[in-house]
Amino acid sequence: MKALISDETKVRFRLPARVVSVVGALAVIASVFLPWAYGHEALDDVTFTGAPSPLQSFFLLLPGLVLLLLVVPFLGKQRLGRFAKAIAWNTSARTGSLATLATVVIALAAIAIELKGLINIEIGGWVAFGGALLAAVGTPLLPDSPEPTLDRVKTPKWAQIVGIVAMMAAVLFLASFALNQTDAGSFLTFGALLVGVVLVLRQLGVLGWLSIAAANNNRVLVLSAFVVAYAFPFTQNGSDANMSIASQVLIFAAAALGLNIVVGLVGLLDLGYIAFLGAGAFTAAILSESAFSTVDFHPPFLVTVLISGVVASLLGLLIGAPTLRVSGDYLAIVTLAFGEIFRITMNNLDGNDGPNLTNGSNGISGIPDLNFLGFDFGQAHTIFGVEIGRFANYYWLMLMVIALIIVVFMNLNYSRIGRGWVAIREDELAAEAMGVNTFALKLLAFAGGAFLAGVAGAVKAHHDVSVTPDQYVFLESAFLLAAVVLGGMGTVMGVLIGATILKLLPEKLRFFSEYRLLLFGLLMIVMMQFRPEGIIADERRQLEFHGEDEQLAEEIEEELITHHTHLFPERKGFVL
Amino acid sequence: MTQVISGSGHHVDATTLLLEASHVTMQFGGLTAVNDVSLNVHAGEIFGLIGPNGAGKTTFFNCLTGLYKPTSGEVRFAGEVLPPQPRLVVRAGMARTFQNIRLFHNMTALENVMVGMYSRTKTNAIDAILRLPRHRSEELASTERARELLEFVGLSSAADTLSRNLPYGDQRRLEIARALATDPKLLLLDEPTAGMNPQETRQAEELIFRIRDLGLAVLVIEHDMRFIFNLCDRVACLVRGAVLVEGQGDVVQNDPRVIEAYIGTPPSEEPISDRGPAGTDQNEGSADA
Repeated sequence: MKALISDETKVRFRLPARVVSVVGALAVIASVFLPWAYGHEALDDVTFTGAPSPLQSFFLLLPGLVLLLLVVPFLGKQRLGRFAKAIAWNTSARTGSLATLATVVIALAAIAIELKGLINIEIGGWVAFGGALLAAVGTPLLPDSPEPTLDRVKTPKWAQIVGIVAMMAAVLFLASFALNQTDAGSFLTFGALLVGVVLVLRQLGVLGWLSIAAANNNRVLVLSAFVVAYAFPFTQNGSDANMSIASQVLIFAAAALGLNIVVGLVGLLDLGYIAFLGAGAFTAAILSESAFSTVDFHPPFLVTVLISGVVASLLGLLIGAPTLRVSGDYLAIVTLAFGEIFRITMNNLDGNDGPNLTNGSNGISGIPDLNFLGFDFGQAHTIFGVEIGRFANYYWLMLMVIALIIVVFMNLNYSRIGRGWVAIREDELAAEAMGVNTFALKLLAFAGGAFLAGVAGAVKAHHDVSVTPDQYVFLESAFLLAAVVLGGMGTVMGVLIGATILKLLPEKLRFFSEYRLLLFGLLMIVMMQFRPEGIIADERRQLEFHGEDEQLAEEIEEELITHHTHLFPERKGFVL
Repeated sequence: MTQVISGSGHHVDATTLLLEASHVTMQFGGLTAVNDVSLNVHAGEIFGLIGPNGAGKTTFFNCLTGLYKPTSGEVRFAGEVLPPQPRLVVRAGMARTFQNIRLFHNMTALENVMVGMYSRTKTNAIDAILRLPRHRSEELASTERARELLEFVGLSSAADTLSRNLPYGDQRRLEIARALATDPKLLLLDEPTAGMNPQETRQAEELIFRIRDLGLAVLVIEHDMRFIFNLCDRVACLVRGAVLVEGQGDVVQNDPRVIEAYIGTPPSEEPISDRGPAGTDQNEGSADA
């Protein structure tokens, strides 16, 4: 954009550009109160005049933000004081307008597809499109604003805590709203809106401010995140459909976090990681009281979980000990083969070709629900007047497993062991020459990651009711790896986001599940090209991917120092 | 400052044999890179290793530090045969720097030094995951020790700088600090002043003397003749994989064979005296010939 329009043009047209943009934003806001489609089927019914549908109301958000950004600095910049200079008014308005246009286009496309034809778009849709177009033309003509410095404005601690809590509340509200969109078009439109708002907030510096607030109030952040996550089932009115998706997302995320230790922290490429999840699941299934269980030993679940983890980590040691001396591509090939060996072995342990452990390709079904001290996971319970169904129970259990994994991940990362891992990633030979036991550290990551996957697998067995070998195919390993890479290697938040995207989208967008491999492939290519460090970047990983970028190195260093994120190792991590 | 290197700051008997390399030979296929080299380094001594490019100095270093397993011969450290694994060599008390700096570029200076402390710390995964008192106290102690070492090499203000952002000379000093963090008895420096200006070279020289004063022995590869003869108690000259001369600095310096190895055969009518310091100035600065 900068290259297209010269600064002189921007200065000359700044007033008309502002007027055009304001008119555009107002038009989009007005369109919300007009009907968008002639048919009721599209976007959950957007045919009302004067009474916008819930989805339409969210359309007030982006143009509303744009309007504020355009009007406020014009009217009362002085009254805002130090905040006025800290905000990138024009650039944020520009981002907002472009995002508005993109979202409107997606919404109109959804209407046209669902009702078969552009002819079905009513006046409101066209007003929204025209308005968004005006704003998208007008705002690029505004002069650029300087970089936002909102994140450097000193704010009191209470304000930071309020900010974090508000963010978490918004996440809970928006996530439950998004999950309740049954229609693919609505879900996509709403997703696009959210992405747009996030982009504007980033441009404003609000995200930067929040991340500093989060770094300063780590405990508040973690606590509120878990409160929100635990509160989520209460927003679902006893519906098990969404909770089933949510619990599957958590199981997938747990495995991805375990893989993140291996891939993200140590930098070892593991293409057979799903085998460890499978090992945990099979172990738990065999030890469960299922009628198809093949052994006569049925310990309580807490013991089973430990055994599952240990079995998985033993497999990790078995495969790791001979192969971790090689690295890079060789390790990838060996682990890939290991994943297949696991699946084929599980298929063949059916009593014909070997001992009967897994019933072959039939697997073990009829795995009973968990029961902790009388709390039956299979039953719905009413808590605070809200019915909490079977999947919500497993969702809560998986949250605990994820909490455990995050503690392990963070506490290992910020320790002598984590430093050793970084050193291995940076220069394995130098690490060895400085006395780091590189082999043992790699093996630890491999076995530790496998243990965590085994634990997640044990819960998965009871959650899924049956365990069969064909659930643990190579494709699943590839998806886990994609979640790690897409989200951001070495980060917890990134991998949670990556796992959610990869698991949630195919569930919510049924029409697209046929093409999901194609689309995820494309997504990965685009990411590798433009943001190889993932959605949420680990600072060090970002440096590794942009080795030549000296400016980035300086910036990150400054960030490290100002945030003190890497200092005071004794303060890092979670004390149990 | 002497308390920085704990336990080795006491007076050392300079006759104690620390490193004992006997008949070390390293062959790569048909190429003999190091040929029957025997060297002794005593405690508290600065020993220089010189030789033209390709003489096998770095290969010999790699044999000592376990990166290569010598084809034949034996290396003993403090009386024990050195295991052929770098990290065990470090544990035994021998640490090195690299000719081409090999810092962990995306770690801060402090973190680099703390990696060097790995083999002297004991926190295991359980301690770290449960944040047991051992983890906490060891982390605090390591951080403090790392800061002391950074101060010792003159980098205390750069503790939080990413090592890739450090100036070249500081990177060399950081590598030394990282090696010192392994608590060595013998420090091996591979061309510590390569690429440095005269002032930085003087600082490096002063730093190496201070390291010796802590009671450490130093084995240093160098091309800079003024540097090496100022610094070293004894010098060996390696040519084509074999030790040509070994002895006091001025003896090696004036040995005609050394001069020949570096700058070729002198014109026959002006033989260079091997008796006194008269010819000192002639062969300085021709280091990389």
